[in-house]
Amino acid sequence: MLCERCGQRPATVHFTEITNGHKRETHLCEVCAGEIQPQGFGFPPQLFLHNFLAGILNQELGGGNFGWPESAGNKCEKCGLAESQFAKQGLLGCGDCYPYFEEKLLPLFRRIHGNTRHTGKVPARTGGRARLVKEIENLKRLLKEAVSREEFERAAQLRDSIRQLERGLEEGGGA
Amino acid sequence: MTLRETVNNAHSHWMDADGPESEIIISSRVRVARNLAGIPFPHLLNKENSEKVIHAVRLAISNKEASELLGGLELSSLGELSPLERQILVDKHLISPDLLNDFQRKAVVLREDEVVSIMVNEEDHLRIQCILPGLQLKEAWDVVNRVDDGLEKTLDYAFSEKVGYLTSCPTNVGTGMRASVMIHLPGLKLAKQLAGVLNAINKLGLTVRGLYGEGTEALGDLFQISNQITLGQSEEEIINNLISIARQILAQEQAARRNLYKDRREVIEDRVFRAFGALKYARILSSEEAMRLFSDLRLGVEMKIISGIPVRLLNELMVKIRPAFITKMAGRELTPYQRDIFRAGLIRREFANLPV
Repeated sequence: MLCERCGQRPATVHFTEITNGHKRETHLCEVCAGEIQPQGFGFPPQLFLHNFLAGILNQELGGGNFGWPESAGNKCEKCGLAESQFAKQGLLGCGDCYPYFEEKLLPLFRRIHGNTRHTGKVPARTGGRARLVKEIENLKRLLKEAVSREEFERAAQLRDSIRQLERGLEEGGGA
Repeated sequence: MTLRETVNNAHSHWMDADGPESEIIISSRVRVARNLAGIPFPHLLNKENSEKVIHAVRLAISNKEASELLGGLELSSLGELSPLERQILVDKHLISPDLLNDFQRKAVVLREDEVVSIMVNEEDHLRIQCILPGLQLKEAWDVVNRVDDGLEKTLDYAFSEKVGYLTSCPTNVGTGMRASVMIHLPGLKLAKQLAGVLNAINKLGLTVRGLYGEGTEALGDLFQISNQITLGQSEEEIINNLISIARQILAQEQAARRNLYKDRREVIEDRVFRAFGALKYARILSSEEAMRLFSDLRLGVEMKIISGIPVRLLNELMVKIRPAFITKMAGRELTPYQRDIFRAGLIRREFANLPV
């Protein structure tokens, strides 16, 4: 198959875009595929990425039997971003969009990242509660190790620390 | 160094070629995306709110405790800069081309040594990045992490317990981190093994791109390899994964070079010396051709086929020969043809003083 753009080189890059249930395939050679992407060092070709993402979102959110009709008008209460707009652009409107669209976003995260749970850095000041949770998870792991090594004294200490932190969580500490 | 000086000087620390493995890995870059809680993401920002973000960042970098952590940071609104100056920041890889769209609402923060830059109101409110020469991803992450901690003393980040740092695009959620290495792979290309290696990289959850996006083949055999996944892995895991894959590719490139030299010594030497001759004597050079010649010459320098050419010079020239810098040096607008002539002259002058 020859490149659709230059008609000279063999097509080795294949894009599939799905918009409102319509599938469109583009076949390009490496050179043309490179040229139609915006320039940029170290920054993914954003436009292309968003189009691509919008394709996936459209499949997940809009149209079909599983999506919500556009008229349902699901909008983030904070920034007003409509679900249909998100499906079109691939960009969320604000931090509150995440809990608001959570149900729809989780499958998407699974597809993009193969995961739905953050395990990395937690901000020191604004991540209070999350930091407690992370610390508890960490201690639980150590507790398990201590038990398996039959270090019961250390295990008891760890258990006490976990209880203390959990009490802090229940009282809304660090939230 | 003030922003003016940054723009006037083609050199950046990442060009020094004094990092580990810097004969093949040119630079390491880490960036994290951060957003402020309670403010819409940049693509929905009105003028007033975008100024609010810039103001908040200005305050955060001037916070005493933070500035001790961060070193001298200077914030400039993009609107204060000329179009040429803005383009030079892109060519030096200090900001992304996206920051030039709708630039009146955007700003950049630079640390004096240009190792750290922060883009304000790009796709996310903040994008903190660090570039270092050679394979120094851990070091770059340490720098970014410190700057991030410093800013967080003042700024309220949009963060969720479940999915981490909240970003405009769901592909960045979690750590918000992209780590990448710029790597020179002429050996694998000459040995026709590039496609196989790049394919394998894609399967390992990493992405590969050419240096400036355009026809990757022509641009000096330079590739960007970066992580794709940002959720579910810690920053350290992402970095360690990228380091180990970069080392693999490095080993493959070295093996390819050794084999080429063994089997086709004359072909390689011919390429290197032809490139040197063309760069030293050519009268007209497009930026694509110059990049290709730099790549061949760099291969010769790295394989010690030719001596007396500092890699630092080649790195610096990669930026100097870009249209924006040529225009700046010429002091007036040039046609593409005039630029090609100016470019050849510039390279000729630099090469005339080399002890080769």
